Amino acid sequence: MNKLRIILSGIIKNNPTFVLVLGMCPTLGTTTSAENGMGMGLATTAVLIMSNLVISLIKNLIPDKVRIPAFIVVIASFVTVIQMLMQAFVPALYASLGVFIPLIVVNCIILGRAEAFASKNSPFDSMLDGVGIGLGFTLSLTVIGSVREILGSGAIFGVNLGIADYTPLIFVLAPGAFLVLGYLMVLFNKLAKK
Amino acid sequence: MKSTLVNMTAVLFGITLVASAGVGVVNMITEEPIALAKEAATKEALTQVLPPFDATQSEEMTIDELPITVYTATKGDAVAGYAVQTMTKQGFNGVVRLMVGFTPEGEVVNVNVLEQSETPGLGTKMADEGNPLLGSIQGQKLDAKKLVDGKLAVKKDGGDVDALTAATISSRAYVDAVNRAWMAYKSVTTGTEPTDVASGASAAQTNEPKAQKGGTNE
Repeated sequence: MNKLRIILSGIIKNNPTFVLVLGMCPTLGTTTSAENGMGMGLATTAVLIMSNLVISLIKNLIPDKVRIPAFIVVIASFVTVIQMLMQAFVPALYASLGVFIPLIVVNCIILGRAEAFASKNSPFDSMLDGVGIGLGFTLSLTVIGSVREILGSGAIFGVNLGIADYTPLIFVLAPGAFLVLGYLMVLFNKLAKK
Repeated sequence: MKSTLVNMTAVLFGITLVASAGVGVVNMITEEPIALAKEAATKEALTQVLPPFDATQSEEMTIDELPITVYTATKGDAVAGYAVQTMTKQGFNGVVRLMVGFTPEGEVVNVNVLEQSETPGLGTKMADEGNPLLGSIQGQKLDAKKLVDGKLAVKKDGGDVDALTAATISSRAYVDAVNRAWMAYKSVTTGTEPTDVASGASAAQTNEPKAQKGGTNE
């Protein structure tokens, strides 16, 4: 399979948020601002690349019936390791992203890709799939976060646009998450079909 | 691979063993840097809320069953100020932690938001420079404010602290944490037991005249 195509497929054809509709819980919960969305996306990408690589390496050692628990143990260990490393060596980043890190364990994108791709493909391809899906997730979350931040609090990446007095609060709250996600999903699929 | 009881048990045991060993090793490596990073963060917060100081001494106490730490900062032999690491559980999304700095005379120097998970664009404004909450108490003695039952309160509750627009719950949480810091400050400077903010009993007695005076001014 063409290597570049694996990455691109993760961003467009298999976009985890708008096409596969996986990982909706962190998507709706963390996209209150562009920065939060991007942070969640990047942290997920890091775990996804590592877990895809390791699961692809050990896929032939795992009996079929226990593969899900085995995958979960691998993913949870990586999440814990990344959390501790961030806390120790990049405390500033941890302070802004820390709350999202434990959420990654329950993100079904990671388990979904382990099951659907890494357990059937070579380690290198699995890593590329991790990069592609991770970027797709990061971009989607950043876009949703930006739209919600602009419409809800009149800012983008924390920079005030000076329209905060006229913006409807609802976009920062939960109903706004559903509205923005729904309309962006329609728009994305309309554009991707062409 | 075909699953048998033996190989399933063996593989799961092997994976969990390697995983837990890996997590354990990383924990050993990161334990010290994490402690150092936390200490540095506390120090950074202290310098932001206190006048210049050389050394600090910390003292732990419990108010309303919440852990509070009071840092007494000294410059030379004189006390430069008190910083109180305070918290409340009444935030919109749970815990809010603040570092509140007092001068020896009891004026609020500055407030630093250590931890909060309020709604972005609403409650998170409590951490912004020059927000109304901080503006209402910075550089002032809290017992000269308009008090409700001996406690600081937002305007909606009869006090005179300006709340954040559309974030009354977050504002109340902020004020609640500041109140607790104030109780801790008073207990350290007067050497008495801290009064619970929830009851506010003894504080209400000592400050009642002022509270009433504030009430008539309105």
